[in-house]
Amino acid sequence: MHTIFFENKPRIIATGTIAGPKECAGVVGKYVDKTLSDDTFGETTYEKAECKMLAYAVRKTIENANLSEKDIDLLISGDLLNQIISASFTARDFDFPFLGVYGACSTLAESMAVAAAFVNAGYHKRIIAATGSHFSSAERQYRYPLELGNTRPPQSQWTVTGAGGVLVGDGGSDVAITCATLGKVVDFGITDVNNMGAAMAPAACDTILNHLRDTGRSVDYYDLIITGDLGALGSRIVKDLTWEKGVDMQKNHVDCGEIVYDVIEREFQGGSGAGCSAVVFGSYIMDGLKKRKLNRVLLCATGALLSTVSSGQGESIPCITHAVAIENI
Amino acid sequence: MTGKNRQNYNKNYIAYVNSFDPPTEHFKNCFRAFLVGGFICCIGQFLREILEHAFALSGDELAGTVSVILIFLGTLLTGLGVYDRIGKSAGAGSIVPITGFANSVASPAIEFKTEGLVYGMAAKMFIVAGPIIVFGVCAGTLVGLIYLFL
Repeated sequence: MHTIFFENKPRIIATGTIAGPKECAGVVGKYVDKTLSDDTFGETTYEKAECKMLAYAVRKTIENANLSEKDIDLLISGDLLNQIISASFTARDFDFPFLGVYGACSTLAESMAVAAAFVNAGYHKRIIAATGSHFSSAERQYRYPLELGNTRPPQSQWTVTGAGGVLVGDGGSDVAITCATLGKVVDFGITDVNNMGAAMAPAACDTILNHLRDTGRSVDYYDLIITGDLGALGSRIVKDLTWEKGVDMQKNHVDCGEIVYDVIEREFQGGSGAGCSAVVFGSYIMDGLKKRKLNRVLLCATGALLSTVSSGQGESIPCITHAVAIENI
Repeated sequence: MTGKNRQNYNKNYIAYVNSFDPPTEHFKNCFRAFLVGGFICCIGQFLREILEHAFALSGDELAGTVSVILIFLGTLLTGLGVYDRIGKSAGAGSIVPITGFANSVASPAIEFKTEGLVYGMAAKMFIVAGPIIVFGVCAGTLVGLIYLFL
């Protein structure tokens, strides 16, 4: 059994999102709380900008819930940078406890699952799950300097500049987290660090199938099955893989990475990064849930658990997907 | 795109993923590289003619001056944020000439400036160009030795 069920139905009270100029040209533009016109956010380095975005998302989430900082019991957060510095440096600004998590791009679903478990058990009343990423800081850590005149391979994706926070509490909204399927690490031997979609798709497939088996639900139960950042190629692969196992999610599958950019051109396969699912879920999807255009969604955030050291040593890319079921009740 | 970690290696899946690889557009890539690379070389040749006739330089002095000017231009365009845009479509056309080498040194220098002048900019300046220098010197030595004994 990979799925945990929350009998007390922890609710999603509010979300807060911020995204860069490129992201806001796309579908999320109308729904995010703040659009950055300058991707350094007035800071001197991209790392500081990422941290500031995450802090903004946390504050905006509290503000959107009409609460104050003293009402928050815990912050669960993580990001892509080494030693999750954005998350812990953000937590430095706040007066509540902090739990750092790392799940690469799956951090949002992981932190929401942990938050829901804490709230369901009654340990805490209100917890913020937040994450974010920045194109320039991720590029610098994982790839090449920004100004280097190299070409990008066609399988590559573009790290989303943005952050999102989700406030999980014991009441005050109709949107509930009903269960979560914790993913296992899946590795099919992909070593190409530019082909994250293909590396992560088997993990997404595994978690989705486990979720459906554990809950006895069919794909049609959900209005949307949302994967995190598989991109166009990864989405196609995950649909193929699940179809092979007799699950057809052609109709209601959507990938945050695939929809986040207006026209996928320079980004090739679409968006990626922890901020990808955080921004799309916190703005566009959450708006649909609140307005009851969507009633049941399964958020499957996908993460590639590699580092530059592991890929340098020729290791393949282990991947993980966590899923949380979010329903209107 | 092959797995070294044999335990995880799923041959069927990798073959399936490889089937999605878009075919490399050799002709288009070569054509663009030829245009941009050729243009850079034309600038070099133009500089050479000018320096030779207007400033009466010759030999090593002439070659050195042309290189220095091209390196300066490559670095300047990198700093202005133009060179990476050229490189995105030109590929080898802008990487192979000496301006590309200047770009590979200047771009990490700009990037790591935030970590300080010594441990940031200066120490990280050669992360991209370092291997080129190492193997360039090795290959040069090898060819020199062969030449010596021939």
